[in-house]
Amino acid sequence: MSASASPEIHPEPDHEKHHGPTVKMYFAIFFALAILTVVTVLAARFDFAPMLGVSMGGFANNVIALSIAFTKATLVVLFFMHVKYENKLVGLAVVSSVIWLSFLILITISDYLTRTSSWHLFN
Amino acid sequence: MTSLAASLQHHFTDFKQQKESAVLGMWSFLVQEVMFFGGLFLTYAVYRSQYPQAFHDGATHLDVVLGGVNTIVLICSSLTMAMAVHAASKGHRGGIACWLLLTIFFGSIFLGVKVVEYKEKWDHGFIPGISDHGLTVDHETHQARPTGFALYFALYFAMTGLHAIHMIIGIPILAIIAINGLRGRYGPEYYTPVEMTGLYWHFVDIVWIFLFPLLYLIGAH
Repeated sequence: MSASASPEIHPEPDHEKHHGPTVKMYFAIFFALAILTVVTVLAARFDFAPMLGVSMGGFANNVIALSIAFTKATLVVLFFMHVKYENKLVGLAVVSSVIWLSFLILITISDYLTRTSSWHLFN
Repeated sequence: MTSLAASLQHHFTDFKQQKESAVLGMWSFLVQEVMFFGGLFLTYAVYRSQYPQAFHDGATHLDVVLGGVNTIVLICSSLTMAMAVHAASKGHRGGIACWLLLTIFFGSIFLGVKVVEYKEKWDHGFIPGISDHGLTVDHETHQARPTGFALYFALYFAMTGLHAIHMIIGIPILAIIAINGLRGRYGPEYYTPVEMTGLYWHFVDIVWIFLFPLLYLIGAH
């Protein structure tokens, strides 16, 4: 590798030859993912209905389950998939996938949940 | 060194630029994969909002222990995959092959557990279009299943099936990379194929991270 090549493309200085997570960090992420898996199972078994009512209780379970899943996915993307250590263009690609997916789901769901004329078909 | 020199394509300035292009290209593929699975997640969201009780009832027929064990197994395979990429970046030939073999091992355990689960669904008649006698009526209580019960299992097999197909495609790729690693094709200067395979494998892990709570845990309480 020549040190002088294409300095414009890499504005950040290459302080380490093999920058990236260490072995210790990989194992730490692994244990965090394993613990979060146990937490999500325990949280799903917990019934929030006596506290928040049936519908809000179910909603709380969903929010907790999805929050833990997003946390786990973020850990995998940042450390196992090295996005934390790549240039910002890769980060943009990752974020764009989440944004487009949220458009897909939010717009469609908002349609279904506001079709009051057809509610009788489902209830 | 000849193999390393041959790995640099003529249209790239250096290895770093070549690798950055590969990483961005791989991520473009993975973004497309997000939308590919996204259609199924959307279908899940729509039908679960319409038939919440049927989805709850359907989920009680899944084994949370088997699903949880499989989640841990897949996280283990992600760790060994990350270690394989790490070994490649340090130029440890044996390390690449050993960690990739472990990744294949964990991936195979996952698929094996999946076979056990699918077999059980077959016996209960929960497979739409193939063995679906249990989808319309509960044979124990002779009561009709709630509307949307069959939809839950259609989505269960579509989502876990597409996920399993990704793993079945991934395992031979891991094997090829392991063999090439043993042959000394990769070193600290060039290990892009190992890293790209890793990105694919971690993506498959992420899909399961969402499938597990959405399919298995919604009937837990």
